[in-house]
Amino acid sequence: MKIGIVCPYSWDVPGGVQQHIRDLAEALIEAGHDVSVISPADDDTPLPPYVTGAGRAVPVPYNGSVARLSFGFLSASRVRRWVNQGGFDVLHVHEPEIPSLSLLACWVASGPIVATVHTAIPRSRVLVVTYPVLRTALEKISGRIAVSEAARTTLVEHIGGDAVVIPNGVATHRYRKAEPLPGWPGAGGAIGFLGRLDEPRKGLAVLLKAFEILGQDRPGLRLLVAGPAADAEEVLYRVPAWLRDRIVLLGQVSEDDKIRVLHSVDVFCSPNTGGESFGIVTAEAMAAGVPVVASDIDAFRQVLHGGEAGELFATGDARDLARAAGQLLDDPARRATLSAAAVAAVARYDWSVVARDVLRVYETVVLGSTRVAVAQDTGGYPSRGWLP
Amino acid sequence: MTITDIVLIVAAALFIGVYVSWRAGRIDRLHARVDMARAALDATLLRRSSVSLELATSGLLDPATSLLLAAAVHGTRSAGPGGVVPTEAGRPRDLAESDLTRALRAAFSQPDFRSSMTGKEGADELLAEVEEATHQVFLARKFYNDVVALTREARSRPLARLLRLSGKAPAPVFFDMDDSLIADLPSATLAPPAGSAPLAG
Repeated sequence: MKIGIVCPYSWDVPGGVQQHIRDLAEALIEAGHDVSVISPADDDTPLPPYVTGAGRAVPVPYNGSVARLSFGFLSASRVRRWVNQGGFDVLHVHEPEIPSLSLLACWVASGPIVATVHTAIPRSRVLVVTYPVLRTALEKISGRIAVSEAARTTLVEHIGGDAVVIPNGVATHRYRKAEPLPGWPGAGGAIGFLGRLDEPRKGLAVLLKAFEILGQDRPGLRLLVAGPAADAEEVLYRVPAWLRDRIVLLGQVSEDDKIRVLHSVDVFCSPNTGGESFGIVTAEAMAAGVPVVASDIDAFRQVLHGGEAGELFATGDARDLARAAGQLLDDPARRATLSAAAVAAVARYDWSVVARDVLRVYETVVLGSTRVAVAQDTGGYPSRGWLP
Repeated sequence: MTITDIVLIVAAALFIGVYVSWRAGRIDRLHARVDMARAALDATLLRRSSVSLELATSGLLDPATSLLLAAAVHGTRSAGPGGVVPTEAGRPRDLAESDLTRALRAAFSQPDFRSSMTGKEGADELLAEVEEATHQVFLARKFYNDVVALTREARSRPLARLLRLSGKAPAPVFFDMDDSLIADLPSATLAPPAGSAPLAG
């Protein structure tokens, strides 16, 4: 199948959508499909062979923050050229409601178009006002995918229409092997945490309290914390002074270092108190084969097979977390069992499996449709033909 | 005490009274001018918003640029206090208006933006109107900040402070925003972008 994928955000900036597209594209290529991605990118950025650059994204204010987006007729004509040359069977746009390449792709193309919604923004007056302008573009979408139930609900309630839920995949092969950070995990054992430090729902506070309990009778135990925070040092002041030099803060880490962090600890902890629809970080830890201790929220219960592939503790209960993590730290055999179970359990979230689900959507929208082509009514750019 | 002394004292008291009331009158007039300048600035900002929205929904632009502009206009409409005219809670108005400036600038500064518009019905008029409205915002803001500076200076004089000549009127505040004009206008005559912009006065 010839597949064209449109990325709305700069390829050179790390982000969830970009990573999703990269993993999906690589899984599809692996499965023998012909994939081309178009994405905003700086001209001097080295791009993988399957990515076509659509020029530099421009920083503009959008929704109260500054986003780097590609818009305007020059970007539109680049997308048109790409569509024209690609001869795609299906076009897959991501985040079409963001004013960037994906929206432009919907505008300039005709034929089977699949759209993936990552973060559904409640429909605002903006969309209503510009709806005549957007309608022609968005109405061409023949199948929608939402990456989480939450995104789907917002879509159904606020934008209308329905979507199939296909969660993010995990590129498990990327996680399987990595060199631990020098000196880790160390003889005294180590616990790991990944996520925003100052987002209360990520639950770092629960872990710190549990670490205080564990640290009292485990003198060598250390805590490895990776993730961005407005004020990382503040974290250290939440624990007693005698414990502080046993907590190592790495700040935001690169994708590669994240995998090394996972391989640097004996136990990985996901203490989230809620707000998690899938728990991608937990799944990544499982893919790395690290025994996981996670709070007992629906998302983790599901990914950990109800506790078979990792320990669950009462959500928000530091004492229970200390008990569960302590037992694991003391029991290498149990850790090995959980590690193997985790690797097996996470296989069903692998991108190769997820890509098959996406492919099924492609196959459905392609039925009874022609190929992707440049839309007639915008052929002679710039025309006003797309107005209702 | 002679008659002369009494006459002198009365004359001095009269003089002081007249002087103080003249100062008070001046401060009062300045406050009235601030109100007028604020209304004018508010009107130009609203005008710029509505013209921008017209451009966004005109069908002259690609949908991405349209959406970008419409979102920025929406931001100004739902902006909260922080600027000249407090509205319901939201993003401070000066930030929201600066966002609209930047969105317009991003749209207008695309290479060949102009030439892509030529020959399209109503395009030239609409673009000219957007630029006109943006330039008016620049002027109105300059005049507003000017009179605010004068008023603040008059209020801060020792006599005015001692005798509370400004009464209960709150001190007027500067309106700081990015209003550097979009395409085709000599940027040397324009205010630098917000952040680096010195307050008028």
